[in-house]
Amino acid sequence: MATRVFIPTPLRAYTENRSEVPVEASDVQSALDALVAQHPELRRHLFDDAGALRSFVNVYLNDDDIRYLSAGRIAIGEHDVISIIPAIAGGLAA
Amino acid sequence: MSIESSNGASPEVTLTNDEIRRYSRHLILPDFGIDGQKRLKESSVLLIGAGGLGSPLALYLAAAGVGRLGIVDADVVDESNLQRQIVHGTSKIGTRKTESAKERINDLNPFVDVTLYNEPFTSANAMQIARGYDVIVDGTDNFPTRYLSNDVAVFLGIPNVYGSIFRFEGQVSVFWGKHGPCYRCLYREPPPPGLVPSCAEGGVLGILPGVIGTLQATETIKVLLGVGQPLIGRLLLYDAFAMQFRELKLRKDPDCPVCGENPSITELIDYEAFCGVPGHDHTTDVHQSHQNGIMAVRQISVEQLAELRASGEPIILIDVREPNEYQIANLGGKLIPLSQFTARADEVPREGRVIVHCKMGGRSTQAVEHLIRLGYTNVENLTGGINAWADRIDRTVPKY
Repeated sequence: MATRVFIPTPLRAYTENRSEVPVEASDVQSALDALVAQHPELRRHLFDDAGALRSFVNVYLNDDDIRYLSAGRIAIGEHDVISIIPAIAGGLAA
Repeated sequence: MSIESSNGASPEVTLTNDEIRRYSRHLILPDFGIDGQKRLKESSVLLIGAGGLGSPLALYLAAAGVGRLGIVDADVVDESNLQRQIVHGTSKIGTRKTESAKERINDLNPFVDVTLYNEPFTSANAMQIARGYDVIVDGTDNFPTRYLSNDVAVFLGIPNVYGSIFRFEGQVSVFWGKHGPCYRCLYREPPPPGLVPSCAEGGVLGILPGVIGTLQATETIKVLLGVGQPLIGRLLLYDAFAMQFRELKLRKDPDCPVCGENPSITELIDYEAFCGVPGHDHTTDVHQSHQNGIMAVRQISVEQLAELRASGEPIILIDVREPNEYQIANLGGKLIPLSQFTARADEVPREGRVIVHCKMGGRSTQAVEHLIRLGYTNVENLTGGINAWADRIDRTVPKY
């Protein structure tokens, strides 16, 4: 059963504009791995060179920040959804 | 979660008969009433920004009868603001946003005392400006000011009502170090410049700041009155496209550098340096400092490009903007959007003179850096992008 990963607007450019990507995984880390395997451009936006989640990106399992869930493997249940929530500013022109 | 009113004191002011008539729909409202209205009258709110979020905030907070509104903004009204910044009007193009907002507020509710700060909100003036206000409302459009507003609110012990927007999506929360998390508990550090697209680059639905700013105004009134369940420890997400609201739990980070148990930051810092961007000039190339530290990107000016084109020297022009931007205006370059650049970089020839451009020069710098990493030696960045071309070479090219 696929887990839904919500993609925020700023990152949809890297998921062919999809707002939701289904992945087959039993825990959060492997779900994120599966996500970036499907959409390689996402990797540098989610993880730093050492593979750690970037400090301006938060990942939620349902309504909980995964940083505050168990330190090890975070299991995914049948109806769970994963959301990626990056910092958005509103403005600096680039 | 219930909290005390943010300005603490029990209301001592009185309402005139004019005020009683004006606010009658509040006065008959349970949990608001005459005490609530008096409390608003003796309250003060500092609005950081009189733009998209600041517009509904200024209008609703003034209409509701907040006694004193401070407005910080150094910008002037631009035509491209009017699609969303509804406190301003066409006749105000070119005038200061603060003055324009004040005129509208005075007309809407002459009982509101408006204080204007026609300057950027910076580490140098922020504490002085904010001291004495009951609430800070963050209506900024950039990370340095966002972190600054947060830290000022934490140091003053007052709530920071947060709102942020991008395209069709917004976030709202109430950060109040005394009662819950602050912005740094949520995002310890800002993204490096360029990694997250901006509104100027990504666009924004004009109504979106109306919704998010109105939610911020609601939360501001609630924390001023100490009623209801404020959005403390909760992040509200709004997706206008899907028309969905979602809510996430936020936790106070015990290791937070400003509001944690052992804070490492106890006074305001240099927020531009912290966010890796230059100061308050929104049109400069935000990657200048970034690129200096990483690799040298060869630059070419729009004047030089115009000369090259006139001379007939063959060049390969690459445009890394999105297709909808290309539709608005283009220089005839080959379109390879930055979002697809990793996969399509091999479409850039390794022979010949390659010039890469975007809207203002930020995204094209990233593209050139990527090409340099791939071993390209024949690539240059068009400084200032197509907007500089429109300003200095061809005025018929529309700016957006």
